[in-house]
Amino acid sequence: MLDSPAGEPPRDELVQLLDPAGTRTEHPLYEPYVADATGERLLSLYEDMVVVRRLDVEATALQRQGELGLWPPLLGQEAAQVGSARALRDDDFVFPSYRENGVAYCRGVEPRDLLRVWRGTSQSGWDPYAVSMATPAIVIGAQTLHAVGYAVGCRRDGVDTAAVTYFGDGATTQGDVNEAMVFAASFAAPVVFFCQNNHWAISEPVGLQAQRPIAERAPGFGIPSVRVDGNDVLAVLAVTRWALERAHRGDGPTFIEAVTYRMGPHTTSDDPTRYVDPLQREEWAGKDPIARLEAYLRAQGVLTEQAEARVAARADEVAAAFRAGCTSLPQPAPLSIFDHVYAEPHAGLDRQRSQQAAYLRSIGEVAE
Amino acid sequence: MTELTLAKALGSGLRRALADDDRVVLMGEDIGALGGVFRVTDGLQREFGHDRVMDMPLAESGIIGMAVGLAFRGFRPVCEIQFDGFIYPAFDQIVAQVAKLHYRTSGSVRMPLTIRVPYGGGIGAVEHHSESPEAYFAHTAGLRVVTCSTPQDAHTMLRQAIACDDPVVFFEPKRRYWTKGKVDETVLDEPGRAEPMGRARVVVEGSDVTIVAYGPLVATAIDAAVAASDEGVSIEVVDLRSLAPLDLDTIEASVRRTGRLVIVHEAQQSGGLGAEIAASITDRCFLHLEAAPARVTGFDTPYPSARAEEHFLPDLDRILDAVDRVLGRANALTGWSQR
Ligand SMILES: Cc1ncc(C[n+]2csc(CCOP(=O)(O)OP(=O)(O)O)c2C)c(N)n1
Repeated sequence: MLDSPAGEPPRDELVQLLDPAGTRTEHPLYEPYVADATGERLLSLYEDMVVVRRLDVEATALQRQGELGLWPPLLGQEAAQVGSARALRDDDFVFPSYRENGVAYCRGVEPRDLLRVWRGTSQSGWDPYAVSMATPAIVIGAQTLHAVGYAVGCRRDGVDTAAVTYFGDGATTQGDVNEAMVFAASFAAPVVFFCQNNHWAISEPVGLQAQRPIAERAPGFGIPSVRVDGNDVLAVLAVTRWALERAHRGDGPTFIEAVTYRMGPHTTSDDPTRYVDPLQREEWAGKDPIARLEAYLRAQGVLTEQAEARVAARADEVAAAFRAGCTSLPQPAPLSIFDHVYAEPHAGLDRQRSQQAAYLRSIGEVAE
Repeated sequence: MTELTLAKALGSGLRRALADDDRVVLMGEDIGALGGVFRVTDGLQREFGHDRVMDMPLAESGIIGMAVGLAFRGFRPVCEIQFDGFIYPAFDQIVAQVAKLHYRTSGSVRMPLTIRVPYGGGIGAVEHHSESPEAYFAHTAGLRVVTCSTPQDAHTMLRQAIACDDPVVFFEPKRRYWTKGKVDETVLDEPGRAEPMGRARVVVEGSDVTIVAYGPLVATAIDAAVAASDEGVSIEVVDLRSLAPLDLDTIEASVRRTGRLVIVHEAQQSGGLGAEIAASITDRCFLHLEAAPARVTGFDTPYPSARAEEHFLPDLDRILDAVDRVLGRANALTGWSQR
């Protein structure tokens, strides 16, 4: 039988610790994984979600104002991202898609660095080694194989570091993702596959990619899986900790399907009115990840007026720095397009660079 | 004649193809309710149903591989690849299967696939959304590779591609999707009225220099011809249209008239189509050439981030600079070409 905290949970079950009304529910298997999540700790999860939502809304506005070329909103997916990211150890390495800006924030990526790629000033917003998180993959699913390779490398190096890879429901159709699962199982790679099933691949509903719950797929590859309420930050934290524990312990890969909903457009160039049923969206609005934690924390007396003011001030502060950071991102120098194509000198490219420098000088432009 | 954008002209070409032949099926990501991310297939699923206009699960290799099976069964699949940078997962199916099946089966299996690919830069997109991968496909025997620069050609050539019994990779210049022009949708109704898909076309006549361009850069080359004529230089612009096979006869005839050749494309220079054209024309016209052919291309770098793309893309000034070079006029790069 495949491993889970105490035997295998029924696969169609949705792990939940906090229901949409903000009522705390007990889960026999996963409870121990959130035993420490009380008081200030819960409040900090709340703060992260509020800040992440604020950054996301701010970035969407920046795009509308012409400051960004594009932005992929994560509205509605805050719990899936914050809950999973907060389960990670500093040395665990993340291989994300383009939508994991909340994860990046939790990894310590400077907020304005989240914007570099979307503003078009560089192709990577941060140094992957500085925050243990790779540059987002735009080609769907490619990063899942990278995570498996990284994880196998960790095993070879004799460290108990895990790799975590994020991808969407649509991505589960790609060959790369299926190959990644085979490889992970073959090599018992310490990797966590974290699928955010937000119900959409641009305009295509999840039903086009999967006839059965996505979490059911992994056991066929020999990988234990769990389906979690992706709008429940506590449950996501718990199952991710469980999966990471397996990886750190040397028990191999785990697959998590976080069931959530993309409340906004796919990206700022998308028009969801063409394909989204407003009733479905409405239904999911009632499962908002922030509102439910807020209700719980209020009932617990943790979210006092004072604490709320503190969180709001923090969100304001981060958002203001984010906005200012965006407009201050430097314009790339003309010849910078030739930088870093190769790690070692390359005669052909060096020649093109000199030619272009001469050309730019001839038309009165400063090259560098 | 109707006035259409290039994107709408493609859509009307698809509509005609679907209406004319019930073996034509469209396949692609988000091409149904959304109408494609560029809305080229807007309304077609409503009109022709889910069996003819299929929203495909998210896997390019799967889409092309399944189209191979449909073609085996006698259908004429038209596959949309959402962006140039996402054709690579399907590369294996295209170059190893689609391109070779007719040859491998001694002609008994036809692969009348059309693979539509929005390509090229200039729209400020993020990475993987501005690639010019045409040379990979032009390098592959068994594939036809074409691109259009006007709404009329977009409409006509797409229908010709779908009607063609060979696989056609159809590159759509995405930054010209919103270019408007007159489109005659009856042009294929009688034989002989439309130019064959494989033929290049002289779009500006001139006597001093030939500029060969295709897809998104045809408009830029025409601008360069206008600018040069203000300085008394007469430029002929050839719109290549077909990248494989190349219509070298049309280019040769032009170069025999002008004696000078500038080739323009967005794709990186090394191993690009410019090299192939320069070599072939040098071979055919060596004694007619007054100067070595010059290339104005993207650089041998990955396509850069949006705010640096103006430094990568060939523009009017870089084209005129090359025109100066082939005319033997002093310019920035004089001397470089000799080295
Ligand atoms: C290989 C590839 N094909 C197509 C695309 C275009 N594309 C970008 S996002 C997307 C949908 C992805 O859906 P999903 O995997 O569910 O992730 P989500 O965006 O919903 O987070 C598509 C088709 C791409 N980026 N890469």
